[in-house]
Amino acid sequence: MAEFDKSSFDIGASGSLYKEKYGFYDPEKYVFKAKKGLNREIVEEISWMKNEPEWMRKFRMRALEIFFKKPLPQWGGNLNDIDFDDIYYFLRATDKAERSWEEVPKDIKNTFDRLGIPEAEKKFLAGVGAQYESEVVYHNIQESLRKQGVIFLSMDQGLAEHPDLVKKYFGTIIPAADNKFAALNSAVWSGGSFIYVPPGIHVDMPLQAYFRINAKNMGQFERTLIIADEGSYVHYVEGCTAPIYTSDSLHSAVVEIIVQKGARVRYTTIQNWSTNVYNLVTKRALAQEDATMEWVDCNLGSKLTMKYPSIYMMGKGAHGEILSVAFAGKGQHQDAGGKVVHGAPYTTSTVSSKSISKDGGRTSYRGLLKVYPGAEGVKSNVRCDALLLDEASRSDTYPYIEVDEDNVTIGHEASVSKIGEEQLFYLMSRGLTEAEASTMIVSGFIEPIVKELPMEFAVEMNRLIQLQMEGSVG
Amino acid sequence: MADELSIRNLHVQVEGKEILKGLDLIVRHGEVHAIMGPNGSGKSTLANTLAGHPKYVVTDGEILYKGESVLAWKPDERARRGIFLAFQYPMAIPGVTVANFLRTALNARRKAVGSNGAAKAVSIPEFRKLMLQRMEMLKLDPTFAARYLNDGFSGGEKKRVEILQMAVLNPEMAILDETDSGLDIDALRIVSEGVNALRGPQLGVLLITHYQRILNYIKPDFVHVLVNGKFAISGGPELALQLEEKGYDWLKEISPEEMGTGK
Repeated sequence: MAEFDKSSFDIGASGSLYKEKYGFYDPEKYVFKAKKGLNREIVEEISWMKNEPEWMRKFRMRALEIFFKKPLPQWGGNLNDIDFDDIYYFLRATDKAERSWEEVPKDIKNTFDRLGIPEAEKKFLAGVGAQYESEVVYHNIQESLRKQGVIFLSMDQGLAEHPDLVKKYFGTIIPAADNKFAALNSAVWSGGSFIYVPPGIHVDMPLQAYFRINAKNMGQFERTLIIADEGSYVHYVEGCTAPIYTSDSLHSAVVEIIVQKGARVRYTTIQNWSTNVYNLVTKRALAQEDATMEWVDCNLGSKLTMKYPSIYMMGKGAHGEILSVAFAGKGQHQDAGGKVVHGAPYTTSTVSSKSISKDGGRTSYRGLLKVYPGAEGVKSNVRCDALLLDEASRSDTYPYIEVDEDNVTIGHEASVSKIGEEQLFYLMSRGLTEAEASTMIVSGFIEPIVKELPMEFAVEMNRLIQLQMEGSVG
Repeated sequence: MADELSIRNLHVQVEGKEILKGLDLIVRHGEVHAIMGPNGSGKSTLANTLAGHPKYVVTDGEILYKGESVLAWKPDERARRGIFLAFQYPMAIPGVTVANFLRTALNARRKAVGSNGAAKAVSIPEFRKLMLQRMEMLKLDPTFAARYLNDGFSGGEKKRVEILQMAVLNPEMAILDETDSGLDIDALRIVSEGVNALRGPQLGVLLITHYQRILNYIKPDFVHVLVNGKFAISGGPELALQLEEKGYDWLKEISPEEMGTGK
């Protein structure tokens, strides 16, 4: 049984608010719970339980070796306190992913009801995947899209039902050896989404995946693969939350995206983990000729996030866009940013990052802009703005620019500002309390990015910002 | 409880330096008082002090509004109680639309009024109607509603949007801090007409200005001249014309015995 430690009320100024809305937990009634810790047996067991093809088992075992060999990164945030032996690597809450909420076990359905997922599905989503601990418990897509050949399954189902397609692309954009946490995910991955959009098909409403950690000391390692075939369009949105525990959890996902010629993929994240979660995620997209890839990456929760969504523009005329918001409160470190890699001529990219630090929170922008020789006519613009809410908070910028081609247009701007006394006074002189005034300034600061979200998510985002701001002033 | 703003022996320091050195003034609802004076005389200090800017420290004296001391009230409390400051230099708030800001502010004000009487949050259609009507009065294009507050506005646009805020929030005591500065003659007329339209028995106005020009449009009931942190002389509208002719220098020669003390 998971118990709730009262001392966790101390975590973060908005800890109690988060607890009320997202931080609740269910009793553990699991079908299968692997022992804590990581070894060959656990990985074998995961693969066996999932009844996977031999190539995947081998892929996992190789990845595990790589994970053991690679040293822990000593840049970014502090990873040294992660106790890899004190984590559950595989928790199976139910036997299968249902296509009807009625079939989902009651406790788990209640959780997603409280998070508003079935409600949102009815109103404005084309499909929903809901992951609870290690596995997807619900997955469904509109019948009309299914008939058009759009595939939206859990990664496990994707592997079972479309083995050839998965084998062709899985691990090709992010190989296991890419970094220590990509190796870890490759070894123990479970859940996540598999999406294929056939040529010319536009999925007008977003597909959403929601990731929920419930158990203490949980490790969640979902794996997502999106293939947008020529001229297609899809918007994928992911959200996540977890209960607040005093011990740490680990979330380490891998997301690979292939955007074929003339296709467009938008991937939106609203990351709202509780402040005891290490969020170490590798996300990368390959954009072919005239393709467009857009990452909209909002990081509000977690203890430490290290995440740099990347776009490799390998076809002429490809376009990449990274819009990110990071909010770090007490005890939080958001080390986020993005990479745009121009490997073909006339590719263009825009990176826009907005970070907010309060109550001693720390944000870092870490970005790479790379132009390969021969990629002439590249245009790229990088802009990062940081807003500090108090003296105790911190913001750093690490922009790396490597340009090996002369005929390019590159822009880079960075700014750091503080909420000014004069701005606060101006808003307060109109009747807003200091807290309302600060929240309004912060909301305005991130508005250029929030307005890119679908309306319902923009509303959600503003509400989350308000939640983060509450309790911080006065 | 008198509907008036009462300033008594007001001394104010900014960063340790005394700027206001004992002001007395009473502004009743329904009256327009013009405060004139040369640069550096303390006009903006008076405006900011009344609105509760934390940098302006009241070292002596009292400010009463409807018989209650405002000194312990934060700026937002003063605003919710009906005191309004039109800023000389309005701040830009990027990312916050004029409409969103105005509606939030109006609801804050209504909530406060509602605690005494009966008022609730303004509905969106009701708000829209009010805002568009007030925008028309100030000859502001309706597209301003969706623009970010003061972000990239010209000086004249900012001043008009200040009066728009006043027109929407419907204060009972308005302090206009050099609202005329930076306005061309057409903008000055529009802004003045806006203020005049809001004049009435429920509104007291403290009109702070360097120049007599705006007083051709907004006729004051009283004129006070601030020199070196004190009122040098007070009178009726004719005093403004006298200043226009003679400038401020002659006032600096007046002996303390001849000085007015407000009214």
